[in-house]
Amino acid sequence: MRNICIIFKKQLKDTLKNKTILIQFILFPLMTVVMENSIQLEGMAEHFFAKLFSIMYIGMAPLAAVSSIISEEKEKNTLRVLIMANVKPWQYLMGIGLYVWSICMLGAGVIGLATAFNHEQFIFFMSVMGLGFMISILAGAAVGILAHNQMMATSVVMPMMMVLSFLPMISMFNEKVEKVAKITYTGQLREILYNMSWDLILNNSIVVIGINAICFLALFTIAYRKNGLE
Amino acid sequence: MIEVNNVHKKFNQKVVLKGIHLKISKGEIFGLLGPSGAGKTTLIKILTGQLEFEEGSVKILNKSVKELTGEDRKKLGIMMEQFGLYDRFSCMDNLKIFAEIYRIPYNKVKESLSMVGLEAAAKIPACKLSKGMRSRLQLARVFMHTPQIIFLDEPTSGLDPATSRAIHQMIIAKKEEGCTIFLTTHDMEEATKLCDHVALLNEGKIVEYGSPQEICTKYNHQKRIRLRLYDGRNLDFAHAKDSASEIYSLLLKEQVETIHSSEPNLETVFLELTGRCLQDNE
Ligand SMILES: Nc1ncnc2c1ncn2[C@@H]1O[C@H](COP(=O)(O)OP(=O)(O)OP(=O)(O)O)[C@@H](O)[C@H]1O
Ligand SMILES: [Mg+2]
Repeated sequence: MRNICIIFKKQLKDTLKNKTILIQFILFPLMTVVMENSIQLEGMAEHFFAKLFSIMYIGMAPLAAVSSIISEEKEKNTLRVLIMANVKPWQYLMGIGLYVWSICMLGAGVIGLATAFNHEQFIFFMSVMGLGFMISILAGAAVGILAHNQMMATSVVMPMMMVLSFLPMISMFNEKVEKVAKITYTGQLREILYNMSWDLILNNSIVVIGINAICFLALFTIAYRKNGLE
Repeated sequence: MIEVNNVHKKFNQKVVLKGIHLKISKGEIFGLLGPSGAGKTTLIKILTGQLEFEEGSVKILNKSVKELTGEDRKKLGIMMEQFGLYDRFSCMDNLKIFAEIYRIPYNKVKESLSMVGLEAAAKIPACKLSKGMRSRLQLARVFMHTPQIIFLDEPTSGLDPATSRAIHQMIIAKKEEGCTIFLTTHDMEEATKLCDHVALLNEGKIVEYGSPQEICTKYNHQKRIRLRLYDGRNLDFAHAKDSASEIYSLLLKEQVETIHSSEPNLETVFLELTGRCLQDNE
């Protein structure tokens, strides 16, 4: 527990110094606040921009952040020093995961507050976001562990982010894409957010999200077994 | 403190360590010498449990290295060239992270920072440090938690003589506190000056072991004395009774500028041994 806190604190300290990650965290909440409050089109769905950017936030920020943090520590060999100082790999991963999750939830909170959600909607929105971030963090960690350096991590994570954040967006305009987007957790989360209810859970939504989560968990486990935190 | 028995290590099909035996007792400085690629770093990794090995046994802190617990690990201090620093963090913050992990009080952190002469740089981010400063910061990190055994992989490689000497002083200070120190180096002079015992590692085998003095004496085949005269001539004499009167007369005539016994130093022994081994393999 103590070591998890230390990692968490270290990462928090790093946030303000690490511009590339900071931008990831701030970009989408900022865009949402601006767009939600400035653009009002006829016939536009309620909270259109908030929902749109939230899904993109889920599909991008945690993936990029987690994979780049882990791969950087591997590349610069600081992770090895932590491990030799008896920080357990799971403590390290928990620390990083918790940190990214918290920051993202903060960002989601900003989006939620900037959008005219009512009380219930806000809680609903935050829980959807929380779930999405968790799966994204898992995916990001898998990439971070698989990659040997930051370059490699970025080149793997880029297409993943494209698929996870742009497919759901494009699927709003294109039915063919929508069919593909449906197999991603972000696609499903988009629909849940769109309808603002868990009713879809009774459909196959939860199954898809579950399968996504299991896939990334499996990928993560395989990566971890294979590479460890070396 | 450290006992290595018949350790073998293979990378894929390449045999890197071929039956290493070593015994290092408490409170000594042990130097592992060897040409590049001899397997020095590999051996340190094995001794510190960072690397598995196929055959043999390693005992450290009276335990098999494979059974070391987290608490045992905290009694080791390791500095390797591959060990990194948090580049965006200041020197102080770099140490603080580990101080928290090791539960070291803040004043101890400041103490170790001043010990390596980096107080003035406490707030400078690690990416802006020079190479020597980075090494010293890494040393501060190693020394901070007062480990019982310290492993240093080439602690002074590529540093200027003044920084190297400062580092030597710190290593000696640690020895006086009762630490056992295991270091690798390419610098034979450093090894002669610092180490109680050295081992020469060549192609995965230890080809010589002993105190630097013992080794040099052992390879003193020629036993010659060299005189340098004021007129610039160098004279070599057999190290024997026959030369005594001749040398004596030169000394009387006040012609002698310097006088040396031409014992081999570690470097010549090293070159002789590694050179010979290279030939053996051909
Ligand atoms: N992870 C690895 N995979 C495969 N081969 C390796 C690995 N690590 C080291 N080797 C090989 O093991 C041999 C010994 O390497 P090692 O790094 O121990 O040498 P060294 O004595 O530390 O050399 P130097 O003085 O240059 O640091 C080399 O031939 C190297 O190619
Ligand atoms: Mg080496």
